[in-house]
Amino acid sequence: MYSEKVMDHFNNPRNMGEIEDASGVGTVGNAKCGDIMRMYLDIDDSGRIQDVKFKTFGCGAAVATSSMATELVKGKTVQEALAVTNKAVMEALDGLPPVKVHCSLLAEEAIHAALWDYAEKNHITIEGLSRPVSDIGEKEEDVEEDY
Amino acid sequence: MKTPVYLDNAATTQVSPVVLDAMLPYFTEIYGNPNAVYSFAGEGAKAVSGARAAVAELIGARPEEIYFTAGGSESDNWALKAAAEAYAGKGKHIITSAIEHHAVLHTCEWLEKNGCEVTYLGVDGEGRVSPDELEAAIRPDTILISVMAANNEIGTIEPLREIGAIAQKHGVLFHTDAVQAFGHIPLDVDDLKIDMLSASGHKLNGPKGVGMLYIRKGVKIRSFLHGGAQERRRRAGTLNVPGIVGFGTAARLAHETMEDRRRRECELRDHLIARVLNEIPYTRLNGPAQERLPNNANFCFRFIEGESLLIRLDQAGICGSSGSACTSGSLDPSHVLLAIGLPHEIAHGSLRLTLSEANTPEEIDYTVDELKKIVSGLREMSPLYEDFIREQK
Repeated sequence: MYSEKVMDHFNNPRNMGEIEDASGVGTVGNAKCGDIMRMYLDIDDSGRIQDVKFKTFGCGAAVATSSMATELVKGKTVQEALAVTNKAVMEALDGLPPVKVHCSLLAEEAIHAALWDYAEKNHITIEGLSRPVSDIGEKEEDVEEDY
Repeated sequence: MKTPVYLDNAATTQVSPVVLDAMLPYFTEIYGNPNAVYSFAGEGAKAVSGARAAVAELIGARPEEIYFTAGGSESDNWALKAAAEAYAGKGKHIITSAIEHHAVLHTCEWLEKNGCEVTYLGVDGEGRVSPDELEAAIRPDTILISVMAANNEIGTIEPLREIGAIAQKHGVLFHTDAVQAFGHIPLDVDDLKIDMLSASGHKLNGPKGVGMLYIRKGVKIRSFLHGGAQERRRRAGTLNVPGIVGFGTAARLAHETMEDRRRRECELRDHLIARVLNEIPYTRLNGPAQERLPNNANFCFRFIEGESLLIRLDQAGICGSSGSACTSGSLDPSHVLLAIGLPHEIAHGSLRLTLSEANTPEEIDYTVDELKKIVSGLREMSPLYEDFIREQK
């Protein structure tokens, strides 16, 4: 069902973990659908992503796309990270089954959510970045109510 | 110990060597159409009769009340659709449960689109239908009650005796999908007052592609497949002789071994459940502790998702199944787990392990040992677990 690359990232997730006092943290997804991704970014003063970590609740594809997304943004500038699309994540993983494409979208949104948090903390505007729709960082109570 | 450790016997089972041996002659040697006139075909017809008797005996039915089909799904479709048609004069109301297999649920949805009204009974936290609620749902135009004998996901055995008595009292037909229960727990159609019962061959070490519908004498449902006079004019199509012979052999073996097998499986199952609940925190057993299928264990591990768990188990050589959305092909987790009241995120972390008599205590211990490592590894990766631990502090 999954490509070798997906299996590799699922089995050996890169950059899994947390960053204390991260520059930006974003959590996206919905426990109802079974996927939640959290992305931590450590961004230096020049706006470069020095470190990135993730945590994911979800299927094999959700873990693999999170892992690949961290690899694609590590060492990049904020603007470069913003340009990492779900397509790029999918291509880097040699593709995903059609029912799993939403996982790659979630990975893209997790990066955006973390960047959004970074921008808010630093009172800056990142051109081209809007608040991700599935960001649940600020409204977890609403999600609970859905149950 | 050999891998894979196969713990998905509710999905399908290994064909028993005895069953296979019984089937083989009917492919190449005794291949005549059992409905033909010449004596060469007679051997096949005789074998089919023997199989019919063995299947009937397992549920206390008469052989002429057994109709062979292509499997459990066909039997469920036939029972529901044909009952709705045959009893349309009396009414159009059907009562079923929210935790039925999709072969019943989707058929009910189809019937609703075609003029029927269906009541889907809820279940309690262990997956049991309430006989009182069932009785209260009966209307003057109720024509059929369809409640499964035992649930395929969480193993709950339904109160068939109470349901059968209520159905009889109100003069309503009672169908049960016994695909998981047939051959695994005692079922007697007269005792339980069952009018129709669906079963499948491949859940009891028989072949795939063959099943049956028991139709009590006097229940007037018509043919669902047209084009031949087979099965007392009620199910057209050349008989699947090797499959039927295999099914019959499996039913006979299941009958002979049921008591020993049940005891053995219950022992293994209870050992598995005890170890998992004792050794893996934030875990729940789905379904009742005792009134469940002998071979079924179903757990939810909080903070993790089922598909990830299955892949990791597969890598350890263990075959299980899950009711997570990712394994169902939709965004929703199992309708059964939601019906017993679990929130979505817990329902996503389910694991079903279903045993056979071939499983050993070593296999179960190995599975629990691996499961402990896998669950803890996936929790390390889970943002839900991270939040939970933070809140605990």
